[in-house]
Amino acid sequence: MDLNVVSQSGGCASSGCGSSADRLSHLPEAIRAKVDNHPCFSEDAHHHYARMHVAVAPACNIQCHYCNRKYDCSNESRPGVVSELLTPDRAVKKVIAVAANIPQMTVLGIAGPGDPLANPERTLETFRQLSEKAPDIRLCVSTNGLALPEVVDEICKHNIEHVTITINCVDPDVGAKIYPWIFWNNRRVKGRKAAEILIAQQQKGLEMLVERGVLVKVNSVLIPGVNDEHLKEVSRAVKAKGAFLHNVMPLIAEPEHGTFYGLMGQRGPSNEELQTLQDACAGDMAMMRHCRQCRADAVGMLGEDRGHEFTLDKIETMEIDYEAAMARRAEIHAEIEANRTAQRQQTGEAFVSLSSLKRGLKTKAAEPRPVLMAVATTGGGVINQHFGHAREFLVYEASVNDVRFVGARKVDLYCSGGDTCGDAETTLQKIIRTLKDCEAVLCSKIGYEPWSQLEEAGITPNGEHAMEPIEEAIAAVYQEMVASGQLEQAGAEPQRLTA
Amino acid sequence: MAFKIVEGCVNCWACEPLCPSQAIFEAKPHFMIDAKKCTECEGEYADAQCASICPIEGVILDGLGVPVNPPGSLTGIPPERLAAARAEIQAR
Ligand code: SF4
Ligand code: SF4
Ligand code: SF4
Repeated sequence: MDLNVVSQSGGCASSGCGSSADRLSHLPEAIRAKVDNHPCFSEDAHHHYARMHVAVAPACNIQCHYCNRKYDCSNESRPGVVSELLTPDRAVKKVIAVAANIPQMTVLGIAGPGDPLANPERTLETFRQLSEKAPDIRLCVSTNGLALPEVVDEICKHNIEHVTITINCVDPDVGAKIYPWIFWNNRRVKGRKAAEILIAQQQKGLEMLVERGVLVKVNSVLIPGVNDEHLKEVSRAVKAKGAFLHNVMPLIAEPEHGTFYGLMGQRGPSNEELQTLQDACAGDMAMMRHCRQCRADAVGMLGEDRGHEFTLDKIETMEIDYEAAMARRAEIHAEIEANRTAQRQQTGEAFVSLSSLKRGLKTKAAEPRPVLMAVATTGGGVINQHFGHAREFLVYEASVNDVRFVGARKVDLYCSGGDTCGDAETTLQKIIRTLKDCEAVLCSKIGYEPWSQLEEAGITPNGEHAMEPIEEAIAAVYQEMVASGQLEQAGAEPQRLTA
Repeated sequence: MAFKIVEGCVNCWACEPLCPSQAIFEAKPHFMIDAKKCTECEGEYADAQCASICPIEGVILDGLGVPVNPPGSLTGIPPERLAAARAEIQAR
């Protein structure tokens, strides 16, 4: 009985097989090098590096039913977010200021507020200036794909390595339920016909980018009852065309966002539905589960929001010697790399002890069942966040085979600091609901009140592994659970997971 | 004759770069069309560009003051089908 979903689903050569926590280890060296410190592509890099976005491209050329165009493009940000629109010149100034001050920022993305390629001049101008002035920053762009084929060659000129295309379907009948219209050849095109054109353009753009050696990530929004089953086909199709990562994001639809879906009462997927689908697609290609829909902002990376340091008037007065900054950035990146190597070795040891655990159990009838655990972290690959400060939890699955990252779950911050926690109980209940399938939550510290409520809900709080690498700590907790005998399988046939 | 942007415009910028007459400009509380410049896209395009990309129903009026994108025209769901469509979507 193999409980490791990745190897279970077959195709070890093409999907991340083995016990490494980093799902990119299967990629060819050249691609690996490109993505190794890209926070959007590498689970491990996500802990150490960050990207930032600049909002230079407001217009959009299609309508998605999950988007309210009052706000930023929902394909990339969460609904209801409004960014301050920047001119390309100002955006470049801001990026350089942030890069000089936050060396972890390695990637600059343009993802909106609309579609960066709908009216591409502003996006391309920003990229052109940046590849000239800050050659150590990688560039990426996200698009709905409609205008992509026309600008692929232009994009390649500007040294862009990564493109994200949001592809929600490859079947126009499904598409017609997601996109009511597109703007195409100076006319509005509606319904199935619109979806047909959009899909053709997306697929063509994907092919053209792959041909030119540009990495392509595909984002899909999981919309229950619309494209849930269909996304498996999308995953297969985009993999066949050479996309190297597929990221399935949950639909977020609330009436207060004013989107079509929100107003019409279309529901989003449950954590379980999302996870099941991600598992189903995992056999087809590397899946990205750490995506937090762009919350890995450089300006917020270290847990505290540093946005106020980079307001327009402050940037205008900053004098930046980027040559000097670039040298300092290179030093810090080298330090980070040394740290990551050290952590990988430690994690490797944890896996060794897990597999010896399995060997020791060979004689028993059933293996211990896998367990989900939640972790509070601000980054760096270690457990370093107070339970009450966590805005999201990273969920991992521990089994006798490995520790595997499952996904990030957002929660509302329940402790605003101080003793003004009026709503503490209800929000805490919400967190408990979000983590209800987890059996332990690892954090640096936790208060008495949440401690007892978590315990009552069957989630064991654990503050004993503060500042330890995540995978290692989880392996240790899992070992304790195994040792205590609490994970012995009840039935004869062990199941992967039950909620 | 000229087109007009009215209340409800969400300032999404989609129309502005498309106007062949540079008649559209950013303003408060919403984008506006300079009536002296707007040509209704005559001789340039078969359809008025602003009204062909605007994502909001009812916010662009033609020369006669009639909304170019009436209710239901952009969602694809005519008002009389709205309740049924909502029920369908909620059953998903
Ligand atoms: S592509 Fe982005 S901005 Fe355009 S409608 Fe879709 S979600 Fe909104
Ligand atoms: S109708 Fe044509 S000319 Fe007039 S504002 Fe709209 S796009 Fe410009
Ligand atoms: S496209 Fe419509 S909503 Fe957007 S700015 Fe123009 S008039 Fe306003």
